[in-house]
Amino acid sequence: MSRPEHQGPPEVVYNEEEAEKYTSNTRIAGIQAEMTFRALELLCLPEGKQCMLLDIGCGSGLSGEILDEEGHHWVGLDIAPAMLAIAVEREVEGDLFLQDVGEGLGFRPGTFDGAISISVLQWLCNADKRWHEPRRRLAHFFTTLYSSLANGARAIFQFYPENDNQVEMIMEQATRAGFTGGLVVDYPNSKKAKKYYLCLFTGTMGGSAELPRALGEEDGVVYNNEQIRERHAGRGRHRKNVKDKDWVLRKKELMRKRGKKVAEDSKYTARKRKPRF
Amino acid sequence: MRLLTHNMLQCHARGCTTRNYPLRFEEVRLDTEEKTEVNPDFIMGMLPKLDWAALRTTAMQLGMTELPEQAPDTTMDEATIHALHAILLDTRVMEGKMVCDGCGHVYRIKDGVANMLLTEHEV
Repeated sequence: MSRPEHQGPPEVVYNEEEAEKYTSNTRIAGIQAEMTFRALELLCLPEGKQCMLLDIGCGSGLSGEILDEEGHHWVGLDIAPAMLAIAVEREVEGDLFLQDVGEGLGFRPGTFDGAISISVLQWLCNADKRWHEPRRRLAHFFTTLYSSLANGARAIFQFYPENDNQVEMIMEQATRAGFTGGLVVDYPNSKKAKKYYLCLFTGTMGGSAELPRALGEEDGVVYNNEQIRERHAGRGRHRKNVKDKDWVLRKKELMRKRGKKVAEDSKYTARKRKPRF
Repeated sequence: MRLLTHNMLQCHARGCTTRNYPLRFEEVRLDTEEKTEVNPDFIMGMLPKLDWAALRTTAMQLGMTELPEQAPDTTMDEATIHALHAILLDTRVMEGKMVCDGCGHVYRIKDGVANMLLTEHEV
């Protein structure tokens, strides 16, 4: 599947035509709704309370509508004017802002009881303008987001990471901004249903800061921050050499059986040569 | 944009740290037609998060003078809650400008959507 973030900056990719398509396509709307419900579930908001939520990358308000239905008050940010125009047309309840979240958020400390974001983070890993620097933009975004969330609030990001480096970069910047939490991977064995949710917590909430369970029965995977780093660092370091002594001996035996002239085995077999110039 | 959201908003341009709150409204067109359902618990919950002085200044700018000098405490009566709801949630700024007194940046509001984009040197 092609990645829209490879085609250009978000405000260009989601032009009028694409925004219209995105909003009227029932399949996309269905997936969006599903992910929004899951993100809300992961947010663990107090039961029955009307909360003040932030929707980062609200687009045409597909996810915002669900927040409405659940009885929450929300504020939406998006960088694509065409998407916001459709949101205005559809008369969504939340207040909308045309904003590039990589430039940081301008909300006063402790404003929001939670934040959700559907399919946005991977866009922040791109440098679309001359002065863009993904690492710095992510850092700025996470720092300002952290301060605008109330103590004990959560932020849930559904996103499509391209590779492990991206996950590691995002996680690193989030941790640096003060967030705790980790990655929840739903249905890790299914190519289609597999979904990544980055769950970030502000402050310490004692026991309740445990990462939520992933979906997909026993197979759901949850990684905390250390595991992501370890998995990343461990690559290449512990790899066993394929052509070790056993392999050489096996090959020599094979060649002997085929009647080739093979050097005798000795203690020097399969040893490395001295570095010599 | 509702006044509740405006109360949470400050200028986020680089290096703008003093007098960056609240953003001053200019040339606004308000919409107070649409009425939403009043949720007393939500208003009560938001009360400690509000900056009362800023809210009062903003309301005065927009010609709403009914707010008292002191923030109401948690034992509000029904009428106060409804009045607050009308100002915080049922007053929407549809067109206009928000100006930062610190750095002078102008955030434009169009169709109720505020443009918070910054230029290169402000990031």
